[in-house]
Amino acid sequence: MTGWLDAHLVSMVDGVAYGLLLFTLAVGLSLVFGMMDVLNLAHGTLYLAGAYTAYALSDGSWLGLLLALVVGLVVGLLGGGLLAAAVAPLQGRGHLDQAALTLGIALIAAEVMVMIFGAQVLPTAPPSALARSVSVLGHSYPLYRLVFIAVAGLIAVLVYLAFERSSVGALVRATVADRDMVRATGVDTRKVLFGVFAFGAVLATVGGVLGAPIIAPGPGVDDRVLVLSLVVVVIGGLGSVRGALLGALLIGQVQTLGVALMPAFAPFLLFGAMLLVLVLRPQGLFALGRA
Amino acid sequence: MSATSSGMTPAPAPVRRPFPVRTTVLVGVVVLLLALVPWTFGAFTVATFTRALVFAVLAMSVNLLTGVAGMPTLGQAAYFGVGAYTGALVAIHWSDLGVLQLVLATLAGVVAALVTGPLAIRGRGVAFLMITLAIGEIGFSAAGRLDSVTGGTDGLSGIPPVVAVPGTEGLVNEGLIYYYVLVVAVVAYLAVAMLLRSPFGLTLRGLRDNEGRLRAVGYRTDSYALAAYVYAGGLAALAGSLWASSQRFVAPGDLGFEVSALALLAVIVGGVGSMWGACLGALVVVFTQDYLGQLFSGHAPLLLGLLFVLAVYLLPKGIAGGRSQWRRLFPRERSQEDDEAVTPV
Repeated sequence: MTGWLDAHLVSMVDGVAYGLLLFTLAVGLSLVFGMMDVLNLAHGTLYLAGAYTAYALSDGSWLGLLLALVVGLVVGLLGGGLLAAAVAPLQGRGHLDQAALTLGIALIAAEVMVMIFGAQVLPTAPPSALARSVSVLGHSYPLYRLVFIAVAGLIAVLVYLAFERSSVGALVRATVADRDMVRATGVDTRKVLFGVFAFGAVLATVGGVLGAPIIAPGPGVDDRVLVLSLVVVVIGGLGSVRGALLGALLIGQVQTLGVALMPAFAPFLLFGAMLLVLVLRPQGLFALGRA
Repeated sequence: MSATSSGMTPAPAPVRRPFPVRTTVLVGVVVLLLALVPWTFGAFTVATFTRALVFAVLAMSVNLLTGVAGMPTLGQAAYFGVGAYTGALVAIHWSDLGVLQLVLATLAGVVAALVTGPLAIRGRGVAFLMITLAIGEIGFSAAGRLDSVTGGTDGLSGIPPVVAVPGTEGLVNEGLIYYYVLVVAVVAYLAVAMLLRSPFGLTLRGLRDNEGRLRAVGYRTDSYALAAYVYAGGLAALAGSLWASSQRFVAPGDLGFEVSALALLAVIVGGVGSMWGACLGALVVVFTQDYLGQLFSGHAPLLLGLLFVLAVYLLPKGIAGGRSQWRRLFPRERSQEDDEAVTPV
């Protein structure tokens, strides 16, 4: 058993980093869907925008990373606000129109980013102080990923606490469960929706800034992370932070440990896992409120 | 209804729908216009029309599930791929006869949909969408993996020209291939139109509008959902076989997520639920991607994106969504329009 653990330790730690990265994406997608029934297919674009920000601004110094984070935050706020405003007139017109609109926006944004940054993948270096490997139980492992796990883990805990333990979080949860009832109590749910949209977008762009050294920006990355976070959301259940976290960690392991254990089935694992969950429990593993 | 004898609740007498004369004439005119295409345009445009017609058949398949039965799908490319590979394999190893390829490909699609359908129809709405997405992605991965059958990521090339009529030569000419695809697409359109006019088609609409009530009346809704899924799978596979015959090359990229997504978007642009809308949407999408995309030096995704955004805002019900929204876009006389706008529901 220890031998097995030792052999796959790197894969498992990779999986945790991967999963936490997916969480920063999936939580926004999940809440926006759970609250306003909006299938935001431009969510991957936000990650890509953040990752390109990191590429453009990070020069290996701490200041560069800080600057990238601040700019990423602003990009996320603007992008989220823009998307929320774009989707607002479509209230009550069903998922298909929202999907078409956000996919259209994603296509336009992707093309614009290709025009600015070119069509190649741009490897992004972490701050030089973190750009080395350390020894973990006898395995050499990139330090940046460990730091990323710590930071993203902190973000996840904060988001979880804010969602489950604060009064604002209670309001958000209530809006997911029954929007009309919340509105009846006198709350302007549009503000809640806008706030959650912007919050999810900021998390996605910040995830992009921090995740750029792990999933480097390039054309097609937006689709890839979108599909991955959709899978996470579907597995975890819509509108639940806990579901998004557990789903993200699960998919992280499937994508790294699973692939290491069953290389022959690698392309099938991700969607096979999703299919299994959907068929056994169509509402997701940790669904909250209405499914 | 005049035959009901007593005052009891009248039994639902079979509704005799009159033969759709106007629609038939319209379809005839459109087919005539399409038949003139090879005489009017150059080879590239004709080839684009061929691709658009194949895509229109796929869009009808997506629309049958999404628009008619109310089950939005992102997985039809998988059955499209089953049809394309089956058609290609039959052509390479067995017979270059078109009818045989079409029939066998459609059968393969039906079998594939019968096997996977019971999984898919366990969910409705977004859950169904996600299950079909998973099926589509697994199909895509499988096509790249099963090297011995599908040629892996290299794809299948060397598909012989399709023979439309036994005893004649294979179709190589761009215009003749176009006519082959046009004939099959028209047959597929008529088959779908007949399906929609049948009681089965009406039941599918009921599935979309209120599944719970339909079940309460005694319909086994899951069986109907599965039947729709199988019909749509066969139709998508038919389109796949047309694709293999017209392109003479099949690769995993032909059944990727993009294909499913574009087919769904074509349906949305055309008008969810309308078959001619789906066909027109497919035409618009293919021409935006291939034709305008080339005019504007390869910015096809940008143009497609603009198309979708504009369509969602300006034509909420799609191209086929009725005259009122077009009138709103191009108001001729304000006062008159306001009078007409008040239509009792």
